[in-house]
Amino acid sequence: MADTVVSHDVPSVYEPSLFGTYSKKIGMWLFLMSDSLTFGALLYAYSYGRISLGATWQTPFHSASIINATIMTAFLLTSSLTMVLAVRASVQHNAKMQTLWLLATIACGAGFVILHGMEWSKLIAEGLTLPMFPAVPGHEANAEFVNVTKVVPQFPATFFTLTGMHMLHVTLGIIYLGVVALRRKFIPILVGLWLIAWLATPSYSPFHYGAHVLLLGAIVCGIILWLKPKVYDSSDVEVAGLYWHFVDLVWMFIFPLVYLMSARILPT
Amino acid sequence: MDATQLALAERVAEEQRHHKMAQFFWVWAALLVMTAIEVYLTYQNMPPAKMLTILMGLSLIKAALIIGFFMHLRYEISRMKWITMCAVVGCLILMTIFFFPDAQRIITLGVK
Repeated sequence: MADTVVSHDVPSVYEPSLFGTYSKKIGMWLFLMSDSLTFGALLYAYSYGRISLGATWQTPFHSASIINATIMTAFLLTSSLTMVLAVRASVQHNAKMQTLWLLATIACGAGFVILHGMEWSKLIAEGLTLPMFPAVPGHEANAEFVNVTKVVPQFPATFFTLTGMHMLHVTLGIIYLGVVALRRKFIPILVGLWLIAWLATPSYSPFHYGAHVLLLGAIVCGIILWLKPKVYDSSDVEVAGLYWHFVDLVWMFIFPLVYLMSARILPT
Repeated sequence: MDATQLALAERVAEEQRHHKMAQFFWVWAALLVMTAIEVYLTYQNMPPAKMLTILMGLSLIKAALIIGFFMHLRYEISRMKWITMCAVVGCLILMTIFFFPDAQRIITLGVK
C-alpha cells in the first residue's frame, strides 16, 4: 500500500471565517445575545407587574427625576459617540487619541452612575426601598412612599432589580474600559475610588455598599493582568466598545418603560 | 491571536478606517432628538397605551441605529447579521408569546 501524506497544516491566513470576523468579536456578540435575554426577562417582569397591579402601580417620578434621567440618557448617548471615536482612533493606530476617547467614555459613564446613585438615594429617602437596604435615619415618618413596600412590593422589587442590574453593567463597563485604556495603572485608581466611595459616604448610601463592586473589579482585573499582561490592540477596543454600546442600548428601553411611563407630571 | 485571527482583525480594522466620521455625529444627534421627543411626549398627558406604543416605536428605532452604526452590524456580512438578530428577536418573541396571553387574562379577569 502506497504511503499517503496526510496534511495537518495550521489554518491558512486566508481561511475564510464563517461570520467574516475574528473570534473575540463573535464571542462578545454571543455574550450580548444572552445578556439581552436577561434584560428582556427583567423588562417583561416589570411590565407584567405593572399590568397586573393597574392603578396601584406607583408613578413616583416627578419632573426633577425625569430631567435627571434625561441627563443620564444624554451622558450614555454621548459616551457611545466617544466610544465609536475611540475605536476609530484605535484602527488608525492613534494610541493617544484612543486613550483620550476611552477616558471621555469612562467620564460619561461615571456621570451616569453618579446621577443614578443620587436618584436611588432620593427614592430610598422618600420611602421607596427594599427590606435589604439600610434605613435612612430621620426620613421614616414623612416619607412619601413609606407604605409602598407593604402595599405594592412588586414596584420597588422590579425597579431596583432592573435599574440595579443595568447600573452594575455600566460599572463593569467602566472597569473594562479603564483596563483597556490604562491597563495596570487603572488598578490603584479603582482601589482609590473604592476607598473614597466607601469611607466618604454614610452607611445607608447606595454608594457605600455599591462601592464594593469596584474592589471586586480591582481584584479580578489584577489577577487577569497578572496572569496575562498584554497591550490591547484595536480588536480589543472594538470588542469593549460592543459591550459599552449594548449597555447604552438597554437603557434606551429602560428609560421610557420605567421612567417616562411612570412619570408624575402635574397638569399646568 | 494566531495568524488567521490577526488577518481577520486587520481586515475589519481596514474596513473601519473608511467609515465616515460625520455619520456617527448624525446618529448621535438623531438619538438625542428622539430622546427629546420622548420626554416632550411625557409632558403631554397622552393615554398610556398610545404613549407606550410611540415610546416603544422610538426605542426600536434608537436600538436599530445603535446596533447598525455604533456596533457596526450593518458593515458585517449577511450571515452574521441574520443569525444574531434572528436569534435575539426569536427569543424575545417567545417571551412575548408567554407574556401577552397571561397579561390579557389579568386585565380581563383581574388578579385573584
